[in-house]
Amino acid sequence: MTSRPLAPGQRIDGFELLQRVHQGGMACLWRVARPDLPLPAMMKVPAIQDDAAAIVGFEVEQMILPLLGGPHVPRFIAAGGFDAQPYIVMEYIEGPSLRASLDRSPLPVSEIERIGAVVAEALHDLHQQHVIHLDLKPSNILFRPGGQAVLVDYGLARHERLPDLLAEEFRLPLGTAPYISPEQVLHMRDDPRSDLFALGAVLYHLATGQRAFGNPATLMGLRKRLYQVPVPPRAHNPDCPPWLQEIILHCLESAVEQRYASAAQVAFDLTHPQSVALTARAGWTRRLPPAQRLRRWLRSMRFVRAGYGVTQQLLRAPIVLAAVDLSQEWEALAEALRAAARRVLQNEPHARLACVSVLKSNRIGLDTPTDEAGRNRHVQRLVQLQHWARSLALPPHRVTYHVLEAPDPAVAIIDYARTNRVDHIVIGSRGASGLRRYLGSVSTRVVAEAPCSVTVVKVPRAEAADTTGST
Amino acid sequence: MTIALMTDIHANREAFEACLDHAGEHGADQFVFLGDFVGYGADPEWVLDTLMEHVARGAVALMGNHDEAALGTLSGHLNASAQHCIEWTRPRLSPAHLKFLSERPLSAEDGPCLYVHANGWDPGGYEYVFGSLEAGRSMRVARARITFCGHMHEPMLYHMGLTQRVEIFAPIPGSPIPLSAARRWLVLPGSVGQPRDGNPAACYATFDELTGLLTLWRVPYDHEQAARKVLEAGLPPHLANVLRTGGAP
Repeated sequence: MTSRPLAPGQRIDGFELLQRVHQGGMACLWRVARPDLPLPAMMKVPAIQDDAAAIVGFEVEQMILPLLGGPHVPRFIAAGGFDAQPYIVMEYIEGPSLRASLDRSPLPVSEIERIGAVVAEALHDLHQQHVIHLDLKPSNILFRPGGQAVLVDYGLARHERLPDLLAEEFRLPLGTAPYISPEQVLHMRDDPRSDLFALGAVLYHLATGQRAFGNPATLMGLRKRLYQVPVPPRAHNPDCPPWLQEIILHCLESAVEQRYASAAQVAFDLTHPQSVALTARAGWTRRLPPAQRLRRWLRSMRFVRAGYGVTQQLLRAPIVLAAVDLSQEWEALAEALRAAARRVLQNEPHARLACVSVLKSNRIGLDTPTDEAGRNRHVQRLVQLQHWARSLALPPHRVTYHVLEAPDPAVAIIDYARTNRVDHIVIGSRGASGLRRYLGSVSTRVVAEAPCSVTVVKVPRAEAADTTGST
Repeated sequence: MTIALMTDIHANREAFEACLDHAGEHGADQFVFLGDFVGYGADPEWVLDTLMEHVARGAVALMGNHDEAALGTLSGHLNASAQHCIEWTRPRLSPAHLKFLSERPLSAEDGPCLYVHANGWDPGGYEYVFGSLEAGRSMRVARARITFCGHMHEPMLYHMGLTQRVEIFAPIPGSPIPLSAARRWLVLPGSVGQPRDGNPAACYATFDELTGLLTLWRVPYDHEQAARKVLEAGLPPHLANVLRTGGAP
């Protein structure tokens, strides 16, 4: 490989180098142009061409980026060979990156909430494409003008369906010290929850202005996160609400099984702060006492491998929506619905259940009762919903309750499923009466338009005849 | 240009037909057959006729150890049941079949690709690429960046970067893998006519030269029919069982 210096005006495979926009330790970024390109483009060139780790990282990105799609990844345009000048050309994302916001931290809670949710959404999208980023950090998080997060730099990423070129080649842990997960420190590169740890470290910094685990330069320093709980965010910043501390420390759990099960579940909590199940973590205001720290250190000695790949882990951790109608004539159906929800949840130990009930209203807008009577109806429905789910005996962190007010229940359920990345909807159907067949029942429309799987629950006909009256 | 790589067809018409159809549907416009066309299965004539048509249209077809055995030129030995199949096969072959087999080369090279039946260090010795050790040996001597090998009946992918460390990867059927130009690769597409990894579905691979994407495929076919023919032909019954279960012979 050659290593001649690049200069503006130079052409590589038809791309004209315009201007160098970044010179980093691993790579150099150039704005480039080619007459036929429909979008602004950038060329990434490795900075060092004789460092094995840097070259393999570049190879990894060349392999993975072309396979990725969607709004949360820069679009791949071209890649060039290792025989001459290695490069990747991709969509240029203007930025700035989240790195710029660190200097302003602690940020207002509402901003952390918004940033966290869009980053979690981007991560979930990546995980659904079988890829774990494994180097999530503020400088790798950019934003589109519409607010969507774009994750860049796939040099350390792992695609579950491709050979992992970085698996055993290098002795040092691969990642960035402040954000690297404990399992990556131990060279495990196959769990999507490693990215949730990094997300927790990013949120911690945004909420406190401090790094959760410092910026250790030694392996010994990195290993501390195998057992250490960071100083609670509220000790740094009393304005950090308990629910946000709960989310951050939940992401930063050292054992993967104790962490959130999926990025979608993190996004869910960040967009429903009032529904976050608070544990002891939420109330901590200072470091753990020495005895507990010792216990955690001892436990870290037998750090166990999780062993789930991306796809498996996402299958284990679906968000299930139960669309519950609680009008009287639905009693038998409510029971059948509960049985169906139980079956779905039984097989998925990390599944979360969102119990949703729609209050039909003429007003547009969700969760916003305006008058006293409306509020009462809303609270009443919430109580009924909780009552409906009680016998499922789910721990608080696995179930949430939502009363939506909307003129059209089907639209409300479909929208809710889409914005919350629901994986599976369980909904009841009262069978087909003439009128309903004509107008289209709620369940029929949900089946047709929902962005995920839908299980439709019915009560066997003979029994249904008694309860559904004249329909 | 999409190349379909098929190997160890072993006179299994049903499996071969299914793979050819599948490759056609997936846009294959060039064919490379990595040897072992006969032995084990009940349809050597049809398989050879079909191969001859493909070669006449420009396909590459190599010599395998079972093919050499059918010609009587193999210096080593086959196992007893394989030898039995070869004895059964030989009188069924026409002079044209024998001529076709005798003209097969041991290896072929095309751009970044080396095609061999057994391995890259001594194609005519028919030693196996059992694991990383042999894969490394083969990749190190090959001039070409990508080696496609038959002979082993289980699909597998080996690669080696600048550090010369050999890594192994079990490909996921149907998932394209970009073969990075910065390293060496050794591809075992797995057997068309006698898979042995516990899955009876036929194996083959496609490689797109332009994009560098390799895909290993599993193609389900009527293996019951192929097994029935093995029994009807009076070939060793356990070979029918291998087809049904994808187990070891």
